[in-house]
Amino acid sequence: MLPTSEKKKWMYENMLVSRFFEEAMEAIYMEGKTPVFNMAEGPIPGEMHLSTGQEPCAVGVCAHLRPSDVVTATHRPHHQAIAKGVDLKMMAAEIFGKKTGLSGGRGGHMHIFDADVNFACSGIIAQGLGPAVGAALSKQMKGDDSVAVAFLGEGAVNQGAFHEALNLAAVWKLPVIFVVEDNSWGISVSKAESTAVKHNAVRAQAYNMPGRFIADNDPIALYDVAGIAIEDARAGKGPTLIEVETTRLAGHFMGDAEGYRPDGELDLLKSKDPIIRMKKLLIDEGVLSEDENLQITLKAQKLVDEAIEFARSSDYPEPAEALEKVFV
Amino acid sequence: MENERKLTIARSMAEATAQEMRRDDDVFVMGEDIGKLGGVYGNTRGLIEEFGSSRIRDTPISETAFIGAAVGAAQDGMRPIVELMFVDFFGVCFDAIYNLMAKNIYFSGGKFQVPMVLMTSGGGGYSDGGQHSQVLYGTFAHLPGMKVVCPSNAYDAKGLMTTAIRDNNPVVYMYHKSLQGMGWLGTEQGATVHTPEEEYTIPFGVAKIVKEGSDVTIVGVGLGVHNGLKAAKLLEEKGVNAEVVDLRTLVPLDRDTVFNSVKKTGHLIVVDEDYQSYGLTGEIIATIAERDITALKASPQRVAYPDIPIPFSRPMERFALPNPEKIVNAYAKMKEQ
Ligand SMILES: Cc1ncc(C[n+]2csc(CCOP(=O)(O)OP(=O)(O)O)c2C)c(N)n1
Repeated sequence: MLPTSEKKKWMYENMLVSRFFEEAMEAIYMEGKTPVFNMAEGPIPGEMHLSTGQEPCAVGVCAHLRPSDVVTATHRPHHQAIAKGVDLKMMAAEIFGKKTGLSGGRGGHMHIFDADVNFACSGIIAQGLGPAVGAALSKQMKGDDSVAVAFLGEGAVNQGAFHEALNLAAVWKLPVIFVVEDNSWGISVSKAESTAVKHNAVRAQAYNMPGRFIADNDPIALYDVAGIAIEDARAGKGPTLIEVETTRLAGHFMGDAEGYRPDGELDLLKSKDPIIRMKKLLIDEGVLSEDENLQITLKAQKLVDEAIEFARSSDYPEPAEALEKVFV
Repeated sequence: MENERKLTIARSMAEATAQEMRRDDDVFVMGEDIGKLGGVYGNTRGLIEEFGSSRIRDTPISETAFIGAAVGAAQDGMRPIVELMFVDFFGVCFDAIYNLMAKNIYFSGGKFQVPMVLMTSGGGGYSDGGQHSQVLYGTFAHLPGMKVVCPSNAYDAKGLMTTAIRDNNPVVYMYHKSLQGMGWLGTEQGATVHTPEEEYTIPFGVAKIVKEGSDVTIVGVGLGVHNGLKAAKLLEEKGVNAEVVDLRTLVPLDRDTVFNSVKKTGHLIVVDEDYQSYGLTGEIIATIAERDITALKASPQRVAYPDIPIPFSRPMERFALPNPEKIVNAYAKMKEQ
């Protein structure tokens, strides 16, 4: 199932929006945190997990999704949210802790929730999987052909919730896709040190569901495989596990000195930057002209700039709003 | 002070662990990112260099498995120390903690020992959102079978850690992120204090009066002690002489020291960063009410975290967390009555 030229351009544009968003986050996050790094300072406090380098994982899957399809995301959610169509301005405002944010500043960067496009998060490893299975169950019971997608990291595959969720989804033939973004690191612990199998896709066999491995951070190959998986899920054929080999081009979180990374690894990964490769692919294929590339790039940058401007200029919530929305 | 040797809590925890590992080959450490990274909060820094990756074991993100494994190893004669990176993550592995770690001694009629330490971080104040900022003291202290320790400074942190490792029972060692001495967490300076190099222990269940006073007793643990001390300074400007009690351990709880202090001052404020309802504040107040309600000359007050998830946004989080001003206001409210 190969993407049309239009889909390819959509994917590229979304990757750019995601990258520019993360670049903006990186710069703004450091405001007020230099020369002395203190997480509590600056316009964006707290932890910040950037998805720089992992953009293909989100666009290759979300290119197939409708607003009614459900996505549950991880502690590293920005690329997933952007590809799912979460409102960029409100997401930026949420990350700044502003009143205009998706949840009025209650959630923050690790808890992005957008009911309009059915997007939810959990900062606890693998805990997005249960809710994705539940959403898929709900779709199945209602006779709706929508699907659920749960994103997770390769480190999360070693959580009990992963195994329980896969089994449940398989037993009930639920329309859910599990997408493992394998960046080969769980904070400072490498996949080789923490995971007994080379490819997590093989674990699908244990749950009698298809397991697919996508090498080399390839958004087109992922689009193909995810398309088939989602079509099967919509047709009632049950879940699929997809593992994408990807690259974390930043520290685990901002402020991570990455002393554990082998020398030269980051340079090597940066030489395979998926944005540059996607652009080259589209230009080589004649899908994109240099002129169109410039237009798309400017448009993506503008979207991000506007979102940041919106977030910056919005007001903070009143302190006592903290007490609201515990119940509805 | 002569020969002053100021350590952060992180370094004093690592030092106690290293000393115990040198003394006893059965002591080892497991957890996420505790090896090369030295722990997200620095409390295992330098250990892998000295003891190697067999005794300082990085684990997969599999808390149910490695905390359960610590229980098994402890019952089999080892003395594991395991880290749960944020206490907020207890949900994925709580069965291993409160049904296994905390109950197996009892179930075996005391024939099994479970000499393990579960260390875990807590605390907000830096906008890390509602899944990474809780303290949850009450949750752990409520369920029987585990001792619960919560130091407020490096001296206590070292002595309590040594005691915890030598204890034949499971100990939950809860450290507050803003007391660790990690610059990036905006550290409370008062936690970094003189810490002797030699080994020493601090007994569990012995609270410490960190400031003597005659007008009101302020009780807290961890960061709450520092908030209490700051409030005491503010109260002093108003001519009020507050006594500040650091509980140091929640299980066992030194009810006598708290009661005797309240008997002396006649007034009680309990400070807690944990959710207000069903928690530490209620427990301390109930202790006084049960023993002798006439010890209280006014209604006791609590300065706790309201019963809401912790919001990300800075103004809302600051509004919700306890602070010295809230303690001062609680005193004023008590005197109005
Ligand atoms: C249950 C639980 N344990 C530990 C953590 C702390 N933690 C946050 S991210 C992370 C590493 C996750 O690795 P992976 O799943 O590979 O995702 P990545 O960060 O590489 O995107 C860890 C250990 C957590 N959030 N939840």
